[in-house]
Amino acid sequence: MILTRRNLLLTAGAGLVTGCDKLGQNPTFREVLKLGEKGNFAIQRSLQQRSALAPEFDRTQISPIFRVNGTHVPAGEAYAQHTAEKFVNWRLRVEGLVARPFSVSPAQLQQMPNRTQITRHDCVEGWSAIGEWTGAPLKLLLDAAGLKPQARYLVFHCADRMGTGEMYYESIDLIDALHPQTILAWALNGQVLSVGHGAPVRLRVERQLGYKQAKYVERIEAVADLSTVRGDKGGYWEDGSGYQWYAGI
Amino acid sequence: MPSPGTERDGKIFRHRLSTRLWHWINAVAVIVLLMSGLTISNAHPRLYWGHYGANFDAAWLTLPRFPGWATIPTGYNLALAREWHFAFAWVFAFGLLFFMPRAVMNGHFRRDIALGVKEVAPSHLWEDVKRHLHLNFETPGGGYNPLQKITYSLVLFVLLPLLILTGLTLSPGMNAVLPWLIDLFGGRQSARSIHFICAGGMALFIAVHLVLVVLAGPINEVRSMITGWFRISGERS
Repeated sequence: MILTRRNLLLTAGAGLVTGCDKLGQNPTFREVLKLGEKGNFAIQRSLQQRSALAPEFDRTQISPIFRVNGTHVPAGEAYAQHTAEKFVNWRLRVEGLVARPFSVSPAQLQQMPNRTQITRHDCVEGWSAIGEWTGAPLKLLLDAAGLKPQARYLVFHCADRMGTGEMYYESIDLIDALHPQTILAWALNGQVLSVGHGAPVRLRVERQLGYKQAKYVERIEAVADLSTVRGDKGGYWEDGSGYQWYAGI
Repeated sequence: MPSPGTERDGKIFRHRLSTRLWHWINAVAVIVLLMSGLTISNAHPRLYWGHYGANFDAAWLTLPRFPGWATIPTGYNLALAREWHFAFAWVFAFGLLFFMPRAVMNGHFRRDIALGVKEVAPSHLWEDVKRHLHLNFETPGGGYNPLQKITYSLVLFVLLPLLILTGLTLSPGMNAVLPWLIDLFGGRQSARSIHFICAGGMALFIAVHLVLVVLAGPINEVRSMITGWFRISGERS
């Protein structure tokens, strides 16, 4: 190749791009990059009051159409049967590192004290939608179950199987679990949750991105350590695609 | 260490070490931020005004899909692009934290960037535009010309701070800490639009900056940003 200025620039440009790809595949460099995420988690947790609220909106600011994302209808006979029965036989179990494991039906959940909040849902891809969520504060369920002192994280096991064949799951730490806006939602915009939005119950963790808002929740498990759960990264997208466990940014 | 303005052998000492160091660290950070930002744009290439905005809402701008040579990583990988973006956002932020106070204290802003009253007089600016069109970038005394000062001021005091503030506004975690930022920009989706516009401004600045460096004598210009010494005249004639 004749070394013209143009060729030199093209080679340098291509080198820069492939160089970045090579670096991105290097495990050590990847760990260095991840320091950014760790820094974000540390600084946001240190700046946030534990109960600092995500912004809430009024009814005039609600999105005309709240986009359904992720699973639209969970596959399989079992969920179809639950839909046909209007979820009367659905049970949400609270277990793991708790003193008194128990389960509730959607009807019982709806009779618990509830919180209604108009909040913004932010997808990791960049879009946002505002909706009015109603549900039982997670703290009430955890108080009823009695968290053991070793419990550090709550894992949400879901009923939807993803494209890879894996069941969806997510996890949060105790700061988010006990936050006043963290609810197990059963209604959106005054209507009982639709299948697309996670019927009969989904998690709302308002200071984090959309993929933390697990739908079709069947089981809440208190654990001491995420490394013992499933793919050990704390969530379906974290395990399979390398998404950040802390989704506050 | 000579102080800026010192002349020796037909060369003038232009940039202190702190300025040069920041320039190159910031150049790397900004380029990585722009290229990883384009991957993030590809994830949802629609821009909205207001608090919300998704597929069923009206977008004021639909962006093209940015090709692999312009993105980090080359193939679409949003999780990895976010890792790059957040890591280099720290480099970018710490760079500014180091450079800004130093540039105030060592007089860089006052001496080299601040515009004098005479310089912004319309007739003077018009003369400067004409000089640029004739590809004559020499300024008596070796300082920056008014158009250069205006551009650097816009980048340093408008684009860079806006990029940081709108970037923070995109974070739902930061929304709980600094809710007034959302009001300042009129909503998260407005902040996202402004973030993108400012990134476009930075890309434009880099392109013009590089063209002008080439036109003004690349060896002298690049040397002055590496060693600090700028040849006053000779190279172009």
